[in-house]
Amino acid sequence: MADTVAGDRPDPHVSGEDPSRRDFIHIVTGAAAVGAVAALAWPFIDQMNPAGDTLALASIEFDLSKVASGQQVVVKWRGKPLFVRNRTEKEIAEAVKDDHADMRDPQTDAERHKPGKAQWLILIGTCTHLGCVPTFGGGEYGGWFCPCHGSVYDTAGRIRKGPAPKNLVVPDYAFLSDTKVKVG
Amino acid sequence: MLRKGLTLAALGLALIAGSAQAATTHLEPKDIHWSFEGPFGRFDKEQLQRGYKVYREVCSACHAMNLVYFRNLGQAGGPFYDPKYPNPNDNPYVKSLAKDIQVKDIDSETGDEIHRPATSADHFPAPFPNEPAARASNGGALPPDLSVIAKAREGGPAYIYSILSGYHDAPAGLEVPPGKHYNPYFPGDLSSFWSGPKDKVPEGGFIAMPPPLTNGKVTFDDGKPSTIAEEAQDVAAFLAWAAEPKMEERKRFGLGAMIYLLIFTGLLYASYRRIWRNVAH
Amino acid sequence: MSGHSTYEPKTGIERWLDTRLPVVRFAMDTVVNFPTPKNLNYWWTFGGILSMMLVFQIITGVVLAMHYVPHVDYAFASVERIMRDVNYGWLIRYMHATGASMFFLAVYVHIFRNLYYGSYKAPREVLWILGCIIYLLMMATAFMGYVLPWGQMSFHGAVVITNLIGALPVVGNAITTWLWGGFAVDDPTLNRFFSLHFLLPFMIAGVVGLHIWALHVPGNNNPTGVNVKSKEDTVPFHPYYTVKDGFAISVFLILFAFFVFYAPGALLAPDNSIPANPLVTPAHIVPEWYFLPFYAILRAVPNKLGGVLGMFSAIGVLFVLPWLDTSKVRSMRYRPTAKLYFFLFVLACLVLGFCGGKLPDDQVIPGLTSFSVLGSDLNSFVWLSRVAALYYFAYFLVVLPLLGLTETPLPVPESISTPVLSHPASTPAGAVASPEKKG
Repeated sequence: MADTVAGDRPDPHVSGEDPSRRDFIHIVTGAAAVGAVAALAWPFIDQMNPAGDTLALASIEFDLSKVASGQQVVVKWRGKPLFVRNRTEKEIAEAVKDDHADMRDPQTDAERHKPGKAQWLILIGTCTHLGCVPTFGGGEYGGWFCPCHGSVYDTAGRIRKGPAPKNLVVPDYAFLSDTKVKVG
Repeated sequence: MLRKGLTLAALGLALIAGSAQAATTHLEPKDIHWSFEGPFGRFDKEQLQRGYKVYREVCSACHAMNLVYFRNLGQAGGPFYDPKYPNPNDNPYVKSLAKDIQVKDIDSETGDEIHRPATSADHFPAPFPNEPAARASNGGALPPDLSVIAKAREGGPAYIYSILSGYHDAPAGLEVPPGKHYNPYFPGDLSSFWSGPKDKVPEGGFIAMPPPLTNGKVTFDDGKPSTIAEEAQDVAAFLAWAAEPKMEERKRFGLGAMIYLLIFTGLLYASYRRIWRNVAH
Repeated sequence: MSGHSTYEPKTGIERWLDTRLPVVRFAMDTVVNFPTPKNLNYWWTFGGILSMMLVFQIITGVVLAMHYVPHVDYAFASVERIMRDVNYGWLIRYMHATGASMFFLAVYVHIFRNLYYGSYKAPREVLWILGCIIYLLMMATAFMGYVLPWGQMSFHGAVVITNLIGALPVVGNAITTWLWGGFAVDDPTLNRFFSLHFLLPFMIAGVVGLHIWALHVPGNNNPTGVNVKSKEDTVPFHPYYTVKDGFAISVFLILFAFFVFYAPGALLAPDNSIPANPLVTPAHIVPEWYFLPFYAILRAVPNKLGGVLGMFSAIGVLFVLPWLDTSKVRSMRYRPTAKLYFFLFVLACLVLGFCGGKLPDDQVIPGLTSFSVLGSDLNSFVWLSRVAALYYFAYFLVVLPLLGLTETPLPVPESISTPVLSHPASTPAGAVASPEKKG
């Protein structure tokens, strides 16, 4: 380790010369150090992402036979309420009738349910205004009514009156069978 | 002074070699080969599947595994991992395994306690609702939870394997208390139960668990002959996985980290020599 | 040496900042331009290693605290959740647990380095005492941290150590109850230990700041123990020692990584994977390895209060060390007799550590039964601990005070540069007849 260079070369530190700052080896080492820090940083960042047990509840399966016609069931999904509504013919018709009515967030009824399954409306039960849970069947359209600030949704979950900016959100879901649906 | 120092040093070296005589004795766990031992070890998926079957059909009657969830079975490194289903919750085989098991739940409408088929989000159901019930059904002994048993015992999977496959008839002169069983691999002090020569007290102790495995008790799906040794080894491997499901990931990550560190250390050394080249030190 | 600052702000922004909050100047003076003796060997890299380990433990600890639940019913399961479900939780947990052991390994090397080279001697007494305070805080932090996983060893270790305080006369029981928050180690104890375990490392960081400040006033010691005489004797801290420390840290990390990835269970007692059960005591309660020497001293004294006092005075004697050592020569490189006693001291510490991990009445040499003194066989670990503990205290209270007055040290070099620039084959540098006076 001791390089005894007794006097044959002046000490660059003493003469003021910077000891080989730009040498290639230092650049490579510096780059390796940055790489190591970046590689080590990822686990610390990723640990804040949802953990295994949270992801396990990311999707749920629901048995639709539990929901009677004209009724809704509220299930907890990803920490939020999920509305599963079995619509009557009348409710479907009313929603379709208003497809081109003047509304803040225009959407047709068909865009909000799976093809051929118009009776099943699955929505995230959180008012798009400030997050309260709308009540079932309230408001003049018979859809939902949010008691916090008076938003009124129709039977397709679309915002018709009140301060909410968007329609009730339709989550990602798929039918596993005629009576079973997987959400998320 | 110097002599005292040397004596001390000699004593010090001597005792490092010696081992302590503890009050309890037991045979050292059997030394067998495990697929997951060593820095490059991996779990043998088939072995884990067989081990799960042994747990499910034999051990789960008395032993809980509250920290293990059905979805863990489908995780990477686990017995039923399928790369097509990165979220083990969706793994159909895991879901079907879970469905076979009944778990307790509350009826969401009446609030009564019901039994329903498990889903992959449930943990393995405990055979007894609480500790007093477990003790009452097992002669006062508590069958330990097996979730981390492989970490909680000296010797780990080798110890578990030895216990399960090491049951022995008690040697003549050893009085076995009722409800207990002699096992030479289970730590214990048998000197007060031994009526033979004082210096020949048998090693081992009395375990409350009766020998759980027999030849052919579990039929393995892959057709492997289910001897006691095979069943014991497979369930020990399964329990080793259950105690540390991330072991493979740890060793993989470790290989990358060690290689990187070795290269990085080399680079730093070169930098260091370069910088100090011109300085007399 | 803390000379005046040589930093010259170059850009406009630097000048602006320098007149308002001279952080760049501070950094340049402390870590970049700081004149450091050029003959520091690898034993001097452990200070940097320790700083890195403190930062590391704090980062991993804060992250673990995001997932850990400090309640008796959930603590064990929350740690297992970290190991199984939290992304890279297993990595962060193993790094934190192994990091504690590596932290203590480095601190012990650092302390032994200071003892050998006389870094505790004037004018660095306060530096040394600050170091002793850091050591105490580290031990408190580690003790409380080990309780958190709430395994069998966590719980019963906490019971044993907190019960020691009951040995104090008159106030002992009241203090113990106050510490427990109840009549035994239980949920209130766990919760407050978590809070304090989170707090103490930041106090350590503060004392480390003072420690580095106290170092920078006289400047670093060096293997010769001779003061820096001129600029020739020093090099700027950056890049000479930043890179050298970086290399040493990298080697240290290799050892660290080996334990984290390939032997994480080596330092974790199996009993701690059993959830805490107040009604069942493990057969063999053992603290973590870095506490074993003090555990041995505690058990060496046959009296409970005596054991507690012995254990605490083993650390207390460190605080007064600068005034116990009478030698005028700093570095043991030039004190051949002291060197020998020092190595015996290291051996005594290792023996104490070894004994701490054994049952006190077990035989040291198996099969050999000698006669019983003070209730224990002479061939037992408790007697071995007594001998080693006796030497431990004798080293500080007898050897060092006497040796400084009676020994003949080797000639100490005139300056740091002298031994380096001379030809390796020639006689010891400087050939100064009398030992260097403390200056």
